[in-house]
Amino acid sequence: MFHTILFYFFATVLIGAALGVIFARNPVHAVMFLVLAFFQSAVLWLLAEAEFLALVLVLVYVGAVMVLFLFVVMMLDINVERTTGGYARYLPLGLIVAGLMIVELVQIIWLRGSGETLTGGFAATPEGYSNTKALGAILYTEHVYAFEIAAVILLLAIIAAITLTMRKRPGLKQQDISAQVAVRAKDRVRIVKMASEKPEDEQ
Amino acid sequence: MHGIHLTIVLAPLAAAIIAGLFGRQIGRAGAHWITIIAVGLSFVLSVLVLKDLYWDGGEPANYSLYTWAVSEGLRMEVGFLVDRLTALMMVVVTFVSWMVHIYTVGYMHDDPGYQRFFSYISLFTFSMLMLVMSNNFLQLFFGWEAVGLVSYLLIGFWFKRESAIFANLKAFLVNRVGDFGFILGIAGVVMFTNSLDYATVFGQSQSIAAQQIEVYPGTPWNAMSVICILLFIGAMGKSAQAPLHVWLPDSMEGPTPISALIHAATMVTAGIFMVARMSPLFELSETALAVVLVIGAITAFFMGLLGIVQNDIKRVVAYSTLSQLGYMTVALGVSAYSAAIFHLMTHAFFKALLFLAAGSVIIAMHHEQDIRKMGGLRKYMPITYWTALIGSLALIGFPGSGGFFSKDLLIEAVHESHWEGQGAIYWIGYLSVLLGVFVTALYSFRMFFLVFHGEERMDKKTKSHLHETPWVVTVPLVLLAIPSAIIGWFTVEPILFGGYFGDAIFETERHDVLARMADEWHGSLGLVTHALQTPIFWLAAAGVFTAWFLYLKRPDIPEKIADRFSGIYTLLDRKYYFDDLWIKGFAAGGRNLGQILWNKGDELIIDGIIVNGTAKSIGKFAGILRRIQTGYLYHYAFAMFIGMTLILALLLWA
Amino acid sequence: MIGLEHYLTISAILFCLAIAGIFINRRNLILLLMCIELMLLAVNFNFIAFSRHLGDETGQVFVFFILTVAAAEAAIGLAILVVLFRNRRSINVQELDTMKG
Repeated sequence: MFHTILFYFFATVLIGAALGVIFARNPVHAVMFLVLAFFQSAVLWLLAEAEFLALVLVLVYVGAVMVLFLFVVMMLDINVERTTGGYARYLPLGLIVAGLMIVELVQIIWLRGSGETLTGGFAATPEGYSNTKALGAILYTEHVYAFEIAAVILLLAIIAAITLTMRKRPGLKQQDISAQVAVRAKDRVRIVKMASEKPEDEQ
Repeated sequence: MHGIHLTIVLAPLAAAIIAGLFGRQIGRAGAHWITIIAVGLSFVLSVLVLKDLYWDGGEPANYSLYTWAVSEGLRMEVGFLVDRLTALMMVVVTFVSWMVHIYTVGYMHDDPGYQRFFSYISLFTFSMLMLVMSNNFLQLFFGWEAVGLVSYLLIGFWFKRESAIFANLKAFLVNRVGDFGFILGIAGVVMFTNSLDYATVFGQSQSIAAQQIEVYPGTPWNAMSVICILLFIGAMGKSAQAPLHVWLPDSMEGPTPISALIHAATMVTAGIFMVARMSPLFELSETALAVVLVIGAITAFFMGLLGIVQNDIKRVVAYSTLSQLGYMTVALGVSAYSAAIFHLMTHAFFKALLFLAAGSVIIAMHHEQDIRKMGGLRKYMPITYWTALIGSLALIGFPGSGGFFSKDLLIEAVHESHWEGQGAIYWIGYLSVLLGVFVTALYSFRMFFLVFHGEERMDKKTKSHLHETPWVVTVPLVLLAIPSAIIGWFTVEPILFGGYFGDAIFETERHDVLARMADEWHGSLGLVTHALQTPIFWLAAAGVFTAWFLYLKRPDIPEKIADRFSGIYTLLDRKYYFDDLWIKGFAAGGRNLGQILWNKGDELIIDGIIVNGTAKSIGKFAGILRRIQTGYLYHYAFAMFIGMTLILALLLWA
Repeated sequence: MIGLEHYLTISAILFCLAIAGIFINRRNLILLLMCIELMLLAVNFNFIAFSRHLGDETGQVFVFFILTVAAAEAAIGLAILVVLFRNRRSINVQELDTMKG
């Protein structure tokens, strides 16, 4: 029972946070609501006994990604007025479509699922079960190849992000060391041969 | 023989090309010499051909020279069929053409378009020869259209005159109406026989006559009647039969030699020739013959009446031509093809003569054509006077003249020609030609008296210049006057009763009126002596007397008659309102219809609604659609998402 | 008893709110990115719920990878955004209309 109350409480806060994200005028507030949403999600995941992922979500998402978001939002001089214009114009459509979709999905989940073994709580985990250990056991065995790829993707993301944001400023003088090393004498000095006297007929 | 045929045809063509394209280089004299020599050569060779066929008993030639195209077994060829009918036409055409060539030297003496004129008339001679010598429908049609083209060019020869341009356009358009029927008739022939060749088609004539065609679904008509009537519509256009006659009087806008050659002697008789040539077809359809007879009768009588009220010398002759063409058509309608061709021949001579005489008068009068301003020309122009008298006498059928034999026997043939089921049509035909004699005599001598007798009504200046025309003008007059006067004497018997045409003209037993008349034939002299006892002579005499009384003795009477019967006079003066019918009715109606179709049908409906409307509606629709195609990716994503929502809704709730 | 369907419902609601967020905040690129994060979160909910329901940890491994990729995506996305802002002085999506015909 306590479990249920906790679920509904955190679920409500999660949805409230999500609404905050989409309705917030100020991007900083939106980021903050998103952080809240992630926290609530983490709690819900804990309730579902997915402890490792709940912690990863908090550490990686809230700790890294959302901070990055916050940085960007704060760093960029965004004109809030301009970017939120036309807010009301798409509001009804967005809400109608979203509402319709929610009704449909919920109907699928609750009605279509009623005949199947969807309802009822999750099966209890066996005694001495460690979520982290179980995940590690298959992550480094069955899914090790995918894991390696994920590592490469992260590397790629690092390189990509750096390459994209790095820029050459136009007026900046830079040293090109390889060019300096590779230089030859004939590139710098030009030897010109010419007559030492003027032709006689011009005199 | 083939070489001769080809030379006859190609000599005028070559001359026309040389005179037309190199007229400047060869000069005026060169142009008239080369064309006169070429047409003269054609004439001489035509006479040779005639001699070979008639006196030497040569076989008719029928051969193809060149296959132009073959389409699904339908051979389109250039070929010649030279039998006695053709030979007669060739001689008439080349002779009259030759005379006109010579006459033109005098008539067109000061005209800047001298070479062009010679080129045209030589081209005409070529076209007409192609028409008469053809052995297939396609070449016939070629010749038919070619003479029409030259006619168009020549009516509008003085293209700076508005009236000439109006007249040639009118001639062209009215002829198109006829040609439409003609080509439909040819199409009908091809449809039933899959052949254009005369011999093949005539060979299958019985099978055509046995078939029916449903032009309107549910009303089967005899195929032969349909084909023949369509072909005759072509003849009506070309031979100016009512109601397609309206172009011929206006064609007098052309130079007089042309009126003589094309619009009196040769081209307008192409329709008569064509029907005679198609006699194996026409013979099998009494319906078509009845149509021919009625149209001919109407033309013969009513067009003659119009001649009485005309004051333009050439127009009088033109209406006379219409009337005489009507006579020929009547003869065709009673299956007296030989009589029609015979009248065609004599008419070609005396009508060409009359036209050239009229032209001679016009030259002398300095291009004054109103007969009310002439009179008493007899003493100034004796040669013209006498030749015109011969022509007029031949036209009214004075016993012994060329026209007498052909006309008398033509009327006799109509008289003899009642067969079952003809009834009222017979009487229409017979009375028209009989009363037509009186009318013919009246208008011919009205013109003759007004021009050559009576007081001199021309102004002083013209009068002081009056003199006989030069020899190039009078020689052709004399040369034409001779056959006009005497040709009937010795040609009537072979042509009508001597089986001259042989197989060229086909007549069924039932319709063969000439065979019946042959029983009563007692030679030319017999006919002449017999003439006094016929109503024909007395009617003609009455006509001449009336003309003399009204226009010489009591010139005040015609005006009184015109006043008294102003309704009829107006009707005649307005030419039965046929011009109004065509110009204000069909032409203006067509223009209005075209205007409506153009403004409403084309611009509004087709262009406006269908073509531009399609484009516009697509444009508008696209204008709406393009708002969807914003180019913003998220819009497309939304669309995708909305679509997904709707599909899900469909799956769930539908 | 809280089970699969509760988590799935939460996931659906989160996902739809994220979409509504994209609809509503269609001008601000950063907010769009955040909405995408929210969507991914909803997806992760699904994975975890099914993983628990079926008793199979592979689903959770998948979430792990999704987190990885999402982090990478966020990094690159933000990098692009920064470059974009530097070039155009704006992150207004409606001004990014080079695709518009």
